[in-house]
Amino acid sequence: THPGRTALPRLVPVPQHPGVWAPRAAVTGLPFSSVCRERRWRPPLPESPPPPGSLLPPSHTPPQARPVRADMWARLLLQLLWAQLLVPLVRGSELTFELPDNAKQCFYEDIVQGTKCTLEFQVITGGHYDVDCRLEDADGAVLYKEMKKQYDSFTFTAAKNGTYKFCFSNEFSTFTHKTVYFDFQVGDDPPLFPNESRVSALTQMESACVTMHEAMKSVIDYQTHFRLREAQGRSRAEDLNSRVAFWSIGEALILLVVSLGQVVLLRSFFSDKRTTSTRVGS
Amino acid sequence: WRSEQRSGMRWCGAVPLAWLAVQLGLSGAIYFHIGETEKKCFIEEIPDETMVIGNYRTQLWDKQSESFLPSTPGLGMHVEVRDPDTKVILSRQYGSEGRFTFTSHTPGEHQICLHSNSTKMSLFAGGKLRVHLDIQVGEHANNYPEIAAKDKLTELQLRVRQLLDQVEQIQKEQNYQRFREERFRQTSESTNQRVLWWSIAQTIILILTGIWQMKHLKSFFEAKKLV
Repeated sequence: THPGRTALPRLVPVPQHPGVWAPRAAVTGLPFSSVCRERRWRPPLPESPPPPGSLLPPSHTPPQARPVRADMWARLLLQLLWAQLLVPLVRGSELTFELPDNAKQCFYEDIVQGTKCTLEFQVITGGHYDVDCRLEDADGAVLYKEMKKQYDSFTFTAAKNGTYKFCFSNEFSTFTHKTVYFDFQVGDDPPLFPNESRVSALTQMESACVTMHEAMKSVIDYQTHFRLREAQGRSRAEDLNSRVAFWSIGEALILLVVSLGQVVLLRSFFSDKRTTSTRVGS
Repeated sequence: WRSEQRSGMRWCGAVPLAWLAVQLGLSGAIYFHIGETEKKCFIEEIPDETMVIGNYRTQLWDKQSESFLPSTPGLGMHVEVRDPDTKVILSRQYGSEGRFTFTSHTPGEHQICLHSNSTKMSLFAGGKLRVHLDIQVGEHANNYPEIAAKDKLTELQLRVRQLLDQVEQIQKEQNYQRFREERFRQTSESTNQRVLWWSIAQTIILILTGIWQMKHLKSFFEAKKLV
């Protein structure tokens, strides 16, 4: 309904179709929401023409300098403090690590109440490509617990402030190392302009940019999942390749050994008795 | 506009307190615990010519106060980065807080390993270390406000620059995908060949050993005058 406000949804696995990721029903909100004040959509104001200069760095002409005032300095300082505040709190972590057999690895993050968070994980290599995952909130209450899962996505809103903990466990496996990828998104993306002082709404150009940005993020998200699935497939194929070679050579050797063994065994049945019986017979 | 600014200022009055809270505890990235000699490795599968920036911060467990100290001098972390050919491209010692950067020259799985390496061995004494880690890859590693200030871009220009960076990252990833698919195809074809040739070889071995067995036993029994 509002042009430029719709954003492409993030992806979640579809349970009925293993290996398929589909957009989540919920639509992500406007990414540049400020913690300080909420932006209300207003019809776009007529925009002044952009200053001369190309979009690429080398041939850009700098704009003219503006006079500096005391209240502007105060505002700038306040916005700088806000920038420092916002940037750490609205981050996401995406890591791939190796989980040895019989091991458990936990990660912790401090989350502010009311933040919407998403945890996604996928096992890339190792054994049956499954892992136990457990997510606990600040008081130790279990929010999410799944055993032997290959991939999953879990969204929750932090009910209280504190340290949230999520653990991956490979304790059920005796000798396979697992490589696990996880993506823990806390809050929304940081705004592009921390010193955003605009009260007016986005222009059509900027709305178009926002839409494109969200679309690209979705594409990059798809690419990540595709890359992980391809890595998993390739790991299985390489396993298969080495197994085929190993067992083919093994079987050929077993074949030779068994056939030689049969002949030797048969010879041994007939060697001593025959000589005695022929002596007796003659 | 003025009234809105005033109300905005009132709201933003909570900033210094929140800022303090951030500095003390809540500064952002995910953290985990690491033992004294433990080495933790993270894998980043990235296309070539991609920049990776890693930030970490360490805190030592203090037995007396039963909490993690905010920062400890003398504590260090050794960071080692290996490229897909297991060649070391970065191997450096940093302090208790550090930032490491590298750019990939070959596409593939890069391994980032961290292990603690403190100058004063008595610091540890069986305690554990808390490591805050944040790794940003490719386009996420860019600091847009800094770029805007350096190149003096307007808002629209900065947004378009961000889109250009994103498109470039997508292109690189697609290229890398082609390269990986080729490797996958080679592996599959190799498996196919192996299955084919080894099946034929095994059938031949089976037939030949059968024939040899029969001939050998026949001559053996003839020599024994049983046949």
